[in-house]
Amino acid sequence: MKGNEAIAEAAIREGVDAYFGYPITPQSEVIEYLMSEKPHERTGMVVLQAESELAAINMVYGAAGTGRKVMTSSSSPGISLKMEGISYIAGSELPCVIVNVVRGGPGLGTIQPGQCDYFQATKGGGHGDYRLIVLAPASVQEMADFIETGYDLAFKYRNPVMILSDGIIGQMMEKVELKPQKKRFTPEEIINKYPWATTGKPKSRERNIITSLELIAAKQEAFNQKLIKKYQEIQENEIKYEALNTDDADYILVAYGSVARICMNAMEEARAKGIKVGLIRPITLFPFPTPIISKLADKVKGFMSVEMSAGQMVEDIRLAVNGRKPVEFYGRQGGMIPAPEDIVIALEQKLIGG
Amino acid sequence: MAEITLQDIIKEENLVYSRTKVMTPNELHYCPGCGHGTAHRLIAEVIEEMGIQEQTVGVTPVGCSVLMYNYMDIDMQEAAHGRAPAVATGIKRVMPDKYVFTYQGDGDLAAIGTAETIHSCNRGENICIFFINNGIYGMTGGQMAPTTLEGMASSTSPFGRDVSMMGNPIKMTELVAQLAGTYFVTRHSVHTPRNVRRAKKAIRQAFENQKAGKGVSFVEIVSNCNSGWKMPPVKANEWMEENMFPFYKLGDIKVDGKLVEK
Ligand SMILES: Cc1ncc(C[n+]2csc(CCOP(=O)(O)OP(=O)(O)O)c2C)c(N)n1
Ligand code: SF4
Repeated sequence: MKGNEAIAEAAIREGVDAYFGYPITPQSEVIEYLMSEKPHERTGMVVLQAESELAAINMVYGAAGTGRKVMTSSSSPGISLKMEGISYIAGSELPCVIVNVVRGGPGLGTIQPGQCDYFQATKGGGHGDYRLIVLAPASVQEMADFIETGYDLAFKYRNPVMILSDGIIGQMMEKVELKPQKKRFTPEEIINKYPWATTGKPKSRERNIITSLELIAAKQEAFNQKLIKKYQEIQENEIKYEALNTDDADYILVAYGSVARICMNAMEEARAKGIKVGLIRPITLFPFPTPIISKLADKVKGFMSVEMSAGQMVEDIRLAVNGRKPVEFYGRQGGMIPAPEDIVIALEQKLIGG
Repeated sequence: MAEITLQDIIKEENLVYSRTKVMTPNELHYCPGCGHGTAHRLIAEVIEEMGIQEQTVGVTPVGCSVLMYNYMDIDMQEAAHGRAPAVATGIKRVMPDKYVFTYQGDGDLAAIGTAETIHSCNRGENICIFFINNGIYGMTGGQMAPTTLEGMASSTSPFGRDVSMMGNPIKMTELVAQLAGTYFVTRHSVHTPRNVRRAKKAIRQAFENQKAGKGVSFVEIVSNCNSGWKMPPVKANEWMEENMFPFYKLGDIKVDGKLVEK
């Protein structure tokens, strides 16, 4: 299955209530697959092609406000358009899953893969102080698995979750093991599970209001503090990463998503040459695996971030290392994919030689 | 004969009118004479009369009526500027048995949210859209709206709207009436008791249509903005009759899915 198809099938099986999207390469297979599967017949799931990404994300906002499992997907230019809505969703503390199958930019850029939306995904993206929980799949299997992980986290923290994929993972075909079909929650179950949802006000409770507006400064600040506390809790409890060959490593490559897979090959090549290289693959980009990188900074000689960008995640690594060891960067852009041998050469030139 | 005091008069059996239970006791923040409060009340009364308070979810806009949720005792969501029809689409699609409405100003519905308005109307979402057209941006301090009349002054058209430079006022209601997804399209006002009664009848019809699954019911209410127009309430209403109504003609535009022959 293609990564994009796996994520769509996983969404149906997760018991997602609604998907709203707008076509854009390289992720149009998500809505195409959903439409061809007739999810309204399989599970009762709503799938709607909106008139724009702007409309799609606001449909997500509306449906998420009713306590439903709601999803949208897009690629970079479309995600930019969604940013106002994402800020409102974060500001109203609504759960949802947003998939970004990243392509190169800026502007219309290229339809080839990229990782250049890291800043946008992990630092907020839209206006105001907020964070998304960001998951970075490195395989088609993880594309499927992170749907469940994503909804668990989104509802646990009442926070939007972004699956930050890229054109390689979205278009790649791999074997994938899918979870069995979950039942969608009934309207009654939703009312009981999510007492905050706008499901219609019975006499037994006060009216529910979904809003991000607060005109009294002290109250808005108190809300901001509440969000900060939530994000701290997420940082304490939800960091996920993969560590390979870090025990004896002199040098650490840090890479996520498809580039982490390429770095595994680079690591093997370097080790064959006698260079002791390890790999940290952040699985959550927010929360970023700062503690393990900080710990490794005490014992290794240096780090190199490898990205399909001009150098974005490298800033988070530098914050974690805090000047104790050199942190270098190697990246390709425009849809160009870094080759393992070039990564080894960059490692030798930038870290070992330097 | 003993003197009758006010306390003698305020008795249950003497009550001829009271606040609908679907409105909260919160004090309205609107300028005196503003039509928003009346429009809120009519929607609330219809919800009460139809007994659908528990089944209704409203969507508020960005504009003067952003805080409508403080006054309506129903579940509500506050949408980003212009996006209310998309938010309502999301709500209605996952809860098709609930009543869903949007309440939007002319900047919200006819400028920044034009695409959402047209496409929700074109899809025939089974919702009600209440459109308060006061020809100006009230909340942000009286700037020109897409509905501002030719020659009408605003803070961003201080010498009057020059259509050769600023474009023409848009009749959004006539526009959406052309779309297959709208079932009932009508224009009203709430500045006299008679007009209030008519507007309420239209709002009732809109919710009845939703009950019957007919698609979009679109009710425009041409209203005043005393602060934005810089006029006292009575003068504003006179100005509205003389200037707004000739351009934004009151009455039904589409009934039972068919355009009304004029
Ligand atoms: C994206 C965005 N752009 C601009 C604004 C500023 N803004 C708030 S309300 C408004 C206009 C409201 O006018 P209208 O919809 O006619 O409603 P009224 O206040 O007259 O009832 C504007 C431009 C905003 N909140 N969000
Ligand atoms: S500014 Fe205009 S629209 Fe807003 S409350 Fe005052 S009169 Fe009403």
